[in-house]
Amino acid sequence: MLTEPLLRVENLVKHFAGRRVLDGISFEVAPGEVLGLVGESGSGKSTTARCVARLTEPDQGRVTLAGRDVLAAGRRELRAIRRDMQMVFQDPYSSLNPRMTVAALIEEPLAVHRLEADRRRRRDRAAELLELVGMSAAHLDRHPRSFSGGQRQRISIARALAVGPRLLICDEPVSSLDVSVQAQVLNLLGDLRRRLGLSILFIAHDLAVVYYLCDRVAVLENGALVEIGTREQVYGSPSHPYTRSLLDAVPVPDPAVERARRSDR
Amino acid sequence: MTETLLAVRDLRIAFPGRTGPVEVVHGIDLDLARGEKVALVGESGSGKSVTARAVLRLDPDARLSGRIDLAGVDVLALPARRLREIRGARAGLVFQDPLASLNPVMTIGWQIIQPLVIRGVPKRIARRRAIDLLTRLGVRDAAHRFDDYPHQFSGGMRQRVVIAIAVIAEPALLIADEPTTALDVRVQARVLELLRELAAERDMAVLLITHDLGIVAGFADRAVVMRHGRTVESGPVEEIYARPRHEYTRALLAAVPRIGGDPSRPLAVIGEGETC
Repeated sequence: MLTEPLLRVENLVKHFAGRRVLDGISFEVAPGEVLGLVGESGSGKSTTARCVARLTEPDQGRVTLAGRDVLAAGRRELRAIRRDMQMVFQDPYSSLNPRMTVAALIEEPLAVHRLEADRRRRRDRAAELLELVGMSAAHLDRHPRSFSGGQRQRISIARALAVGPRLLICDEPVSSLDVSVQAQVLNLLGDLRRRLGLSILFIAHDLAVVYYLCDRVAVLENGALVEIGTREQVYGSPSHPYTRSLLDAVPVPDPAVERARRSDR
Repeated sequence: MTETLLAVRDLRIAFPGRTGPVEVVHGIDLDLARGEKVALVGESGSGKSVTARAVLRLDPDARLSGRIDLAGVDVLALPARRLREIRGARAGLVFQDPLASLNPVMTIGWQIIQPLVIRGVPKRIARRRAIDLLTRLGVRDAAHRFDDYPHQFSGGMRQRVVIAIAVIAEPALLIADEPTTALDVRVQARVLELLRELAAERDMAVLLITHDLGIVAGFADRAVVMRHGRTVESGPVEEIYARPRHEYTRALLAAVPRIGGDPSRPLAVIGEGETC
């Protein structure tokens, strides 16, 4: 990698109830790069994301974001680090406080990080962020319940972007959405990374979604990273049998392709 | 000419609302021949699930009108106490969440043989058939696992148990509502393969309800695309995927990310006023 990585993850190890769920995970994310983490349930992809964000403490390993040691950081430093690293979760229904208005939800991180003391300017910033994610500022005073799943996910993204992070960690951000809404959120994430130069660590079980959005892909199996490479390498010539078996199982939305596959088996 | 198994005509479904019944399905026609695999495809709110559930009158609140003929039985005219005659024997059911459809305090074996036991099949024979079926479905050491409880099985194995319950009474129709949505991709592929084999072996028709255009392409003979409680288009899957006639179908197909597609091109967005 030519440029210094934005995120460097080294040898993450984590046990839950005596079981090793992360078995020495290492990878890097360059500035402006989107890295996909794929794997089946129990592969450790969400735990990896949570350890990187330090929502879960790993037992061993090192996470460096823009040169700062995430795992060794004290409270004050961790807050500073989190300005550079924000998360978007799968379920936009439970990740937004239903009692808060959209304006309050987006302004909250600005207040927490003391980025904008002036209340009116905070609101202006919330309006800008809402428009950045493709929604009208007219929605600022509404509550999450009056929005669809896709709109809520946009609001979550606006909230995550409020503090101006360099890295977005998205944990299955589109897996509970309908295909048409999923397409809109994927288009939005692609658009944001181009416009803002964002890095994204994108966790998903859907290999086609990861293909669409990610420059590089890391494949996890039982807590171990079995393969990492560019999109073309991993999808075009997978080196690990586990990756191949995953790709073989992905249904293709083309009846002719599916028929040919079945007769091959 | 293949024999029609299920004929649905002008099916309308309404649920009680605050200001009177709210119609959610506005006149659907649907035909399945024996042994045919048909997918009911749509996004949330399309009415695909309630339509499938109506075939067996599973929602007691639903007001159904129109006509549903299942192997010669007028389903909508059937008295409630006779619904059991069609559920299980004429049509089996598989739902998305295998854990929610299994009773956690009964062994899987007990649950699998119920459709036979209530029809008077002796327990010993029912047990043997259940073990054969589980083995057929790829449950290793089925005789020993017969007395295990649902929590002792993985997600994929539980869904095999649910399928066993659905098909043990040899129904002519299997209704599968998002049967693989909760499963990992490799387990999904195996479960779909099993359903395909069972359908072929038994000349069993399958009505698959799904939002996933990928699994429809590999599984179904025909697809019915639904939106907002109406049929948008229907036909053989080859035709629908190669030459979708309706704009919504085209947009839906273009909204699906594909491995090998061009990631620099935005995915299609289905226009309808405000985004998402």
